[in-house]
Amino acid sequence: MATTILAVLEVRDGAVRKVSHELLAAARELAGTGGSVSALVCGAQAPAGADALAGFGADRVLAATQADFAHYNPDGFAATVASLAPGYTLVLFAATATGKDLAPRVAAKLGVGLASDVTGLAIQDGAVVATRPVYAGRAIQKVKLRGAPALVSVRPNAFQPRARDDSRAAAVEPVAVPAFEARVRVTGVKAPEKAALDVTEAPIVVSGGRGLKDPANFKLLEDLAEALGNTAVGASRAVVDAGWRDHAAQVGQTGKTVSPGLYIAVGISGAIQHLAGMRTAKTIVAINRDKDAPIFKVADYGIVGDLFEVLPRLTEEIRRVRSEK
Amino acid sequence: MKIAVCLKRVPDTVAKITIGPDGKAIDETSVKFVPNPYDEFAVEEALALKEKAAAGETVVCSLGGDAAQETLRTALAMGIDRAVLLQSPGSPDGLEVARAFAAELKAGGYDLILFGKLAVDDYNQQVGLMVAELLGLPCVSSVAHLAIADGAVEAEREIEGGIEVVACRLPAVLTCDKGLNNPRLPSLKGIMAAKKKPLEAKPVTLGAGSVEVLGLEYPTERQAGRIVGEGADAVPELIRLLRIEARVL
Repeated sequence: MATTILAVLEVRDGAVRKVSHELLAAARELAGTGGSVSALVCGAQAPAGADALAGFGADRVLAATQADFAHYNPDGFAATVASLAPGYTLVLFAATATGKDLAPRVAAKLGVGLASDVTGLAIQDGAVVATRPVYAGRAIQKVKLRGAPALVSVRPNAFQPRARDDSRAAAVEPVAVPAFEARVRVTGVKAPEKAALDVTEAPIVVSGGRGLKDPANFKLLEDLAEALGNTAVGASRAVVDAGWRDHAAQVGQTGKTVSPGLYIAVGISGAIQHLAGMRTAKTIVAINRDKDAPIFKVADYGIVGDLFEVLPRLTEEIRRVRSEK
Repeated sequence: MKIAVCLKRVPDTVAKITIGPDGKAIDETSVKFVPNPYDEFAVEEALALKEKAAAGETVVCSLGGDAAQETLRTALAMGIDRAVLLQSPGSPDGLEVARAFAAELKAGGYDLILFGKLAVDDYNQQVGLMVAELLGLPCVSSVAHLAIADGAVEAEREIEGGIEVVACRLPAVLTCDKGLNNPRLPSLKGIMAAKKKPLEAKPVTLGAGSVEVLGLEYPTERQAGRIVGEGADAVPELIRLLRIEARVL
């Protein structure tokens, strides 16, 4: 039987987010050429980039628009997805702050189970099989979903977006928003004091630990992040608990799990707690004074040395390399 | 204010995980278990709200085996008034767990039902939201800042690159994130008092659900890499490797 997938895309500030393109890539791969992928966007109006979604893997583009959908509307989005979901093999969400809030609501409405934060998907004997890290990445669980539809949220950075194929096109089709009771209302979104990339979504993460000795020294990491570009600054649990950095930046079991292309751990010894949060990074670099620090056991490349000498040099060299391009 | 807190017993975050003989679950022998760290924020919030109101009742509820009684006693030692254990081996389908909690909490007349934002064992991050949906209650998940006045809830939750401000009315379900408060430690007096507080255990039967665990595996071990060099002089070689070998720059 053909695999039909409803991908619930994420929109922010009137534009489709990158994680939505990852979702479409995962959906397209699973559906193959015999199956179909419908992309759903919810918003005050169809977002910028909606007409290009076919190029990223969608066969159909559905838009549920309503004035009070300008912000995330938990009850309205959940009612809309639940009304469209029946008949699909699989409904995909992004395991972002919004997707993690939305997917369980839809699951409860439909009365089917949900696999969260999935990093791998397959169809086996007609059923959706998902792989997902559990115990903070210290084990990988494989689950079969018998729900109709199966519900899955996909971890950001786990799938690569497809290169845009402009030969594919799909018109944006309006879909109805069913009546719903708005029990909660998003009244606003505050920007953080300093606009920062989120560690879960950034392609590069540079993280600091106790080795930085003083919260003010995080400036060295911020400089490196700026030189690299498109880079988030993370932190170990020790420095978050000490109040040096915000919890939003914490990488590890009681913080965030990240899978960036490049992770640079600076002055972090590598407690199990921390390793759990970053071991799935594609390339790991560690800079630490202690050559026996556990972080070197997972790092692809290590520099043993004083970070206060290594970091400024690294930032300088990165700036030089970047300026050559 | 009547507040329920749902609590899970989980392996300590520093515990070594060993996969059991069935290849589907961890081997629980010789693993230290603790209350789920995020649930402790929920317990603290319940206690602080009751103290502020100077009235009400706090109830802690867990679904699990008899060993979860110890976890419930920890919450009682922190100051929660009474405990309920829903005796069940649990389910990989969070919706089945949510149904059991919803059935237990439905007639309780709670103003607030609190959960941790996720359990650090299965990482499902779904039961609290599902309970709210099953009970027809408003839910704000991953709350890092909370203000309640005259039955109106204003909560803040972290989203990528911002803070979402969410409003709803009581009764409501909230799931608690780190940053909401600093959970107290049980006092000696609290530990003594907890032994005498009521703990009701009742068996529940969960449905079959639609999520089946096929297997549990260890993640692929990362190959230990190499030390590129010592000190700042190793930086040019590191950059060369990142560009040519790893191709990430």
